[in-house]
Amino acid sequence: MPEHTFILNGERVTVDIEDDVRLLWVLRDVLGVTGPKYGCGLGVCQACTSHLNGRAFTPCCVPVGELAPGDEVTTIEGLPATVGAELHPMQEAWLEFDVAQCGYCQPGQIMAAVAKVRQAREAGREIGEADLDEIRNICRCGTYHRIREAITAAAKRY
Amino acid sequence: MAGVGRRRFLGYVLAASTLTVAAQVGEAGEAAAAVPSLPEPADLYDLNDMLTDAALPTSGLITVQVHEDGTASLALPRAEVGQGVTTSSAMLVAEELELPLEKVRVTLADARPELLFNQLTGGSNTTVSTFTPIRVAAAVARGRLLAAAAGLLGVPLAGLVAKAGVVGAPGGRSVTYGELAVRAASGVDVAVSVALKERAQFTVIGTPRGRADALAAVTGRKQFAMDVKVPGALPVMLCRPPTINGTVRAVRNADAVRAMPGVTDVAVVPTGVAVRARTFGQCIDAVRALQVDWGPGTEDGASDESVLKELRAAELPLVVPPLPLLTKAVDARFTFHFASNSALETNCAVADVRADRAEVWASLKSPIVAQEKIAARLGLPPTAVTVHVTEGGGSFGRKLFHDAALEAAEVSRAMGKPVRLMWHRTDDFRQGRTHPMATSRVRATYSLGQVLSCEQRHTSVATDFGHGLGEIITAMAAKLPVADLAFSETMFALTQQTPYDFGVTTQLLSEVDKGFNTGSMRGIYSPNVRTAQELVVDRLAAGTGSDPYTFRRRFLKEDRARAVLDKVAELGDWGRTMAAGTAQGIALHPEYHSVVAVLAEIDCRPQTTGRTVPDAYTGPRVTKVVCAVDVGLAVNPRGLEAQMQGGIMDGIALALSSGLHLQDGHFLEGSWDNYFYTRQWNTPPELQVVVMPPTTGSPGGAGELAVAAAMAAVACAYGRATGTMPTVFPVNHGGPLGFEPLPTVPPVPQSPTDGRTRAY
Repeated sequence: MPEHTFILNGERVTVDIEDDVRLLWVLRDVLGVTGPKYGCGLGVCQACTSHLNGRAFTPCCVPVGELAPGDEVTTIEGLPATVGAELHPMQEAWLEFDVAQCGYCQPGQIMAAVAKVRQAREAGREIGEADLDEIRNICRCGTYHRIREAITAAAKRY
Repeated sequence: MAGVGRRRFLGYVLAASTLTVAAQVGEAGEAAAAVPSLPEPADLYDLNDMLTDAALPTSGLITVQVHEDGTASLALPRAEVGQGVTTSSAMLVAEELELPLEKVRVTLADARPELLFNQLTGGSNTTVSTFTPIRVAAAVARGRLLAAAAGLLGVPLAGLVAKAGVVGAPGGRSVTYGELAVRAASGVDVAVSVALKERAQFTVIGTPRGRADALAAVTGRKQFAMDVKVPGALPVMLCRPPTINGTVRAVRNADAVRAMPGVTDVAVVPTGVAVRARTFGQCIDAVRALQVDWGPGTEDGASDESVLKELRAAELPLVVPPLPLLTKAVDARFTFHFASNSALETNCAVADVRADRAEVWASLKSPIVAQEKIAARLGLPPTAVTVHVTEGGGSFGRKLFHDAALEAAEVSRAMGKPVRLMWHRTDDFRQGRTHPMATSRVRATYSLGQVLSCEQRHTSVATDFGHGLGEIITAMAAKLPVADLAFSETMFALTQQTPYDFGVTTQLLSEVDKGFNTGSMRGIYSPNVRTAQELVVDRLAAGTGSDPYTFRRRFLKEDRARAVLDKVAELGDWGRTMAAGTAQGIALHPEYHSVVAVLAEIDCRPQTTGRTVPDAYTGPRVTKVVCAVDVGLAVNPRGLEAQMQGGIMDGIALALSSGLHLQDGHFLEGSWDNYFYTRQWNTPPELQVVVMPPTTGSPGGAGELAVAAAMAAVACAYGRATGTMPTVFPVNHGGPLGFEPLPTVPPVPQSPTDGRTRAY
């Protein structure tokens, strides 16, 4: 079976599995990293959103064979370490606004939010209503309003 | 602190190594105040009352334990599916036990058959039915800790004060609950009577608190069923039929599929062909590779049009007697299409079935029924089946049932191995349960400014109440052909009410067609029944030359309803001048001793409805929502606010965008980009929820409350903005489909491979 090596939450990992298995299943079923959730496997619901080299992506849509040894995958479990803290400021804002209900989509929501803030900054502006409208992550509990509040507040703090 | 004449409640100290207490409540909840003029059944005694009364005989078995580390724990016989009941239950313990909230742990109890009726999560009933028993148990524990402290410190009980997990004595001596946990324990069961705090003494109840599981949720540590690590439980997915409840005739290539990478087993079960593999990705590959000959299902050939015909044929007649001359009437008929109650976590369960026993892990709101049904299917005694209730990733009615748990048990038995079974998203929409399609005919008559009658005939595809009241006997009764209709009629009568004094008022249900997989969805009948009625109220207001708000205000039966209506009209600036194509709508919904009002503003102008978002439906945008809610007493106002916000998002979706299309025996929708639940681009930029101050002093239901009022308010706003009363829901149902339907064979799509290029 082919071997695949990449960096997961700051640590080098190697897995033996077929090339075409999507990264989500490698994370969840092989490596036991369960922060990224399954919601569709179609790149639609965005519940598995994580970061690949600092950019938001859906691991359900990336065959593990496409990862190179230098690729850095960050899941919700590894997000705090990217800022060297117990929690990322986005997670702190999520607690402050008590965003989560069932919580199933929230790891993906937070990872998407961090990327949206970065994306807006790269475009030379702070995150606004139009950016928030672009977030595709589904929350079936309907926490959308608090997600907007939390992102807007967090963006002012880091 | 017991005041003279205060009600006392009986509790128990149970024999245990550390202090363990239980509560038994000896009296029923307070009866609702009668309302004048022809009350409907639900005004007096509603579903929530029935659930509360059904829970009474055994609710004494709710126990609270105090541990040596100074914490207390409660195993809640309910499901947590995002509604915040673990948090609010912890608040009740913290209040009466005088322990900081963060030192109270609430876990979810396994299926406990001895609890009978008292392990059903539904009907917005959790806080209502456990409000007193949990507090009684905590109060017994506090009394016992105080007594133990008196013995230890050698001081009279009267001088002791319990606060923040510490018992303090005069002179500054103190002892912690943790130090008292063993000493306060009892070697035998002891009955004691306690008084509960008066409302004025509350320091926790009624204060806004964050969710107990918030940190676990934001760090990804919260464990759902598919995150539970059970040795050897490899992923399982099913290849499901192309039509609703189709059947397996033959599998043509089982051996070839068994030889695919990662695949360990292939087995036929009643619902399809199961494959077990190292990863779910390899399950998907195998499901797509399976060549299956399918037999007919239960609804082959059925379409939205054919079901609508059935509904129309089954509509009960209206019965209003001949009316005086000059009486005018509003006569309207509404169609509510199938809607999906699919949660973000698809149906899933872990099962480990052995020859003589079985163990199942799943989020279940009716775990006793699950246990009994799984046992019956496996031919095992119920005592040999252990059912663990996990945290749930949303429910919306789905988790009242145990479809995945039963399926996982069957697959585990067929393969002789532990399994981690999960439904694909596409299956969850197409073969999963739905909120049934329904029509509602409303006829109201009025004369000289008075409403003389309001009749409503709701006709629905049968709703499966097979989860019963949390207990096998009632579950079986609901399956009986004769009892069944009476049961749903009972549910209808216990949940539907008209908040207005509209003279002769009747609301009746008839049901057709049991071939669909259905279930309750947040509010059962209410969102549709309410929306139909509120739209007619707007017509009545127009017919009598009245403003929709003042018209409602005039006819409302209860002051509590009038207060929330006034609140949203005031905060939402009702009647303000708005641009053409935009409008306000206002609606009200009473349910389970609570009442909510919603004011919505909508923008139906072309520049808004014409917005483009890739692979999405944009449509009209609800730009502002103001909601006022009175639940009698809000245990956790912050959690209540979250419930209202979620209900509002549901109401917007049900009114405008989220419905299923039935065609040729299957539903067309197969992903969240087909089924248009509210997304960020549909979310109201302005949203305000006001929690009214306590009125009745005891909590009413809240979990489903806002959906109906929000759907109705949005529908009314849409009607006023467009100048045409909407009669089909969601309003976009008849428009262009908005997506390319996925194939039905193979039943699930392959995952894309372009994730890297779509990174942002």
